[in-house]
Amino acid sequence: MEYKRLTLLCGHYGSGKTNIAVNMALDLKNQYENTVIADLDIVNPYFRTKDSKDMLEEAGIRLVVSQYAGTNLDIPAMPQEMYSLTDDQRVKAILDIGGDDRGALALGRLAPAIRKENDYEMLMVINCYRPLTRDAASTIEVMREIEYAGGIPFTGLINNSNLGDETTAQVVLDSMDYARETAAQSGLPICCTTVEKSLYNELSGKIDRLFPLTLQPKIR
Amino acid sequence: MADKVLMKGNEAIAEAAITAGCRFYFGYPITPQTEIAAYMAKRMPKIGGTFLQAESEIAAINMVYGVASAGKRVMTSSSSPGISLKGEGISYMAGSDLPGLIVNVQRGGPGLGGIQPSQSDYFQATRGGGHGDYHLIVLAPASVQEMADLTIKGFELADKYRMMTMILADGTMGQMMEPVSLDFDIKPEPEKPWATTGTQMKRPHNIINSLSLVPEELEQQNFRRYEKYAEIEKNEVMYEEYMMDDAQIAIAAFGIAARVSKNAVNEARSKGIKAGMIRPITLWPFPKEPFMKAAEHVKQFISVELSMGQMIEDVQLAEQCRRPVTLCKRAGGMIPSPEMVLAAIEEAAENGGAL
Repeated sequence: MEYKRLTLLCGHYGSGKTNIAVNMALDLKNQYENTVIADLDIVNPYFRTKDSKDMLEEAGIRLVVSQYAGTNLDIPAMPQEMYSLTDDQRVKAILDIGGDDRGALALGRLAPAIRKENDYEMLMVINCYRPLTRDAASTIEVMREIEYAGGIPFTGLINNSNLGDETTAQVVLDSMDYARETAAQSGLPICCTTVEKSLYNELSGKIDRLFPLTLQPKIR
Repeated sequence: MADKVLMKGNEAIAEAAITAGCRFYFGYPITPQTEIAAYMAKRMPKIGGTFLQAESEIAAINMVYGVASAGKRVMTSSSSPGISLKGEGISYMAGSDLPGLIVNVQRGGPGLGGIQPSQSDYFQATRGGGHGDYHLIVLAPASVQEMADLTIKGFELADKYRMMTMILADGTMGQMMEPVSLDFDIKPEPEKPWATTGTQMKRPHNIINSLSLVPEELEQQNFRRYEKYAEIEKNEVMYEEYMMDDAQIAIAAFGIAARVSKNAVNEARSKGIKAGMIRPITLWPFPKEPFMKAAEHVKQFISVELSMGQMIEDVQLAEQCRRPVTLCKRAGGMIPSPEMVLAAIEEAAENGGAL
C-alpha cells in the first residue's frame, strides 16, 4: 500500500479496525522509518493495539496509546502524546479510531489540524457480515454518522468482510458486490480488500488490491 | 452470500431478543455488556420498539416489571454490580409471577470489582440474589450462537412458566465474535389472560402484586410456586456431555470455562487419560442426573470455574459425594488456561490411578 502521512481507520465496532491498523503499521514501517501507530479508541477497553505492544516495539514502531488502554480502568482516556501526531510532521502514522460515531468523537480535537495539513486518508472499514452493516445503505448510514462525529470526510473504503474463523475465499468473493455497491453509492474507492494471510494466495489475482492480515492473538 | 453473520455475544443476545418478539428494553450501561444496550438503541426505534436508558438499574428493573405486567416480552441486561442493584425488583417479579429476561454478563467482583470476565455470580443467580423463596431459570451459554439460541429459549421458558429467566454469561462471551446463524424457529407467544391489558368492562380486574398480608395465603402461593419449580426441574434440564461414556476423570464446567476445559480434555485424551466433561447449560435447574450416572465410573470430578468455587457445591450435591470433587479455579477476572486444567486432570489421574 501507499500511505499518506496520516491514515485514519474508522468503522462500525467489530469491523476489524485494530487488526488492520497493526498490519498496516508493519507494512508502513517497511517503507518508512519513522512510523507510529496511535490507538485513539475511547469506547472499548478490550481488543486494543496495546495487545500487540511487544510485537510493535520489537518492530520499532512507536505506540501512542492511553496508559489505561486494556487495563481494568474503563475510562475514555486519550493519550497525552496525541498532539504529536499532527504537530510532528516527520512521522507517518496509522490511527486506530474507536467504533461508530461515539468512537469518532475522539477525532474532534485533531480534525482541524488534519484537514488543514491535508495529507491524510480517512478510511472506512466495512464488513457485510456484521449485522448492522449488511448492505450498502446501512453501511453508508454508519459512515455518515462517523463523519459527522469525527469532522473529517471519508476518502476511501477497506473491505474487511469476513466471518471470523469460518471465513473462506468464497465468503470474501461473495462480499465484493457489496463492496463495489458501497463504493458506487458513496463515491469512494475501495483502497484494499483485507484477508487473513492463509487466504491470500487463493484470492490473489481474483480481487484487486488484496492486503494480507496477520491476526492478533485472541482467546479461544 | 453466507447466511451467517459475525457477531459479538452481546449483539447476538440483542438481535435474538428482537427476533423473539421483545420490543421493550430497559437498561443502564456497564462494561462488559454495553453493546446490548447500544444495539437496542440503534434497532428498537426502527422497528417500533422501545429502548430506554433508565436513570439507574433499579429504575430499569421496575420498568421491566411494568411491561411484564402488561403481558409483553421485555428484557434488561447488566453486569454483576448492576444485577445486585436489580435484586429487589427481581424478587418482586418472582413474587408477582412475572415473566421476563435478565442478562448478566459477569465481571470480577465483589464490589465494583473489575471489567474482566468472571463466573462468581453463580450463587447469586442460582440461589436468588433477592429475598424470599424463589428461583430463576438460569441459562449458561458457551458460544455466541448459544447466546442467541438461549435468549430465544429464555423468553419461551419465561412465558411458559410465568417467571424470570436469566442468561448468565461472562465478559468473554459478551465480547467475543463468532459467526452466528440467525435463522430461528420462533414459536408463537402464549396468551397471557392474567396481564393488565384493560378489562374492556368484560372481565374482572387483573391485579399484579407481590404483597400478601395473610400468611396462610402467602404460604399457599409459595407452595404453588414450588410445584411449578418441581415441574421445571423435571422437564427443562439442559446439559452437554463430552467424551463421558468411558470417562474416569470428569470436568464440570459451564460457559467460557467449558470451552477452555474442552481443549484440556482433548489434550488429556491424546495422552491416554480418559477425561470427559459435563457442561451444565441450565444452572438452575442443575443437571443432577448426568453427575449421578457418571459417579458410577468416574474416579474424580474437577469443577473448573472462574470463581473461588461456587458450582462445585452443586456438583457435590448432584453426585451425592460419591466421588471426590476438586476445584480448578481462577478468580477476579482471570481465566484458567487449558494447560492449568490439563495439569489438574493429570494430577487427578495420578492420584486416582485412572491412567
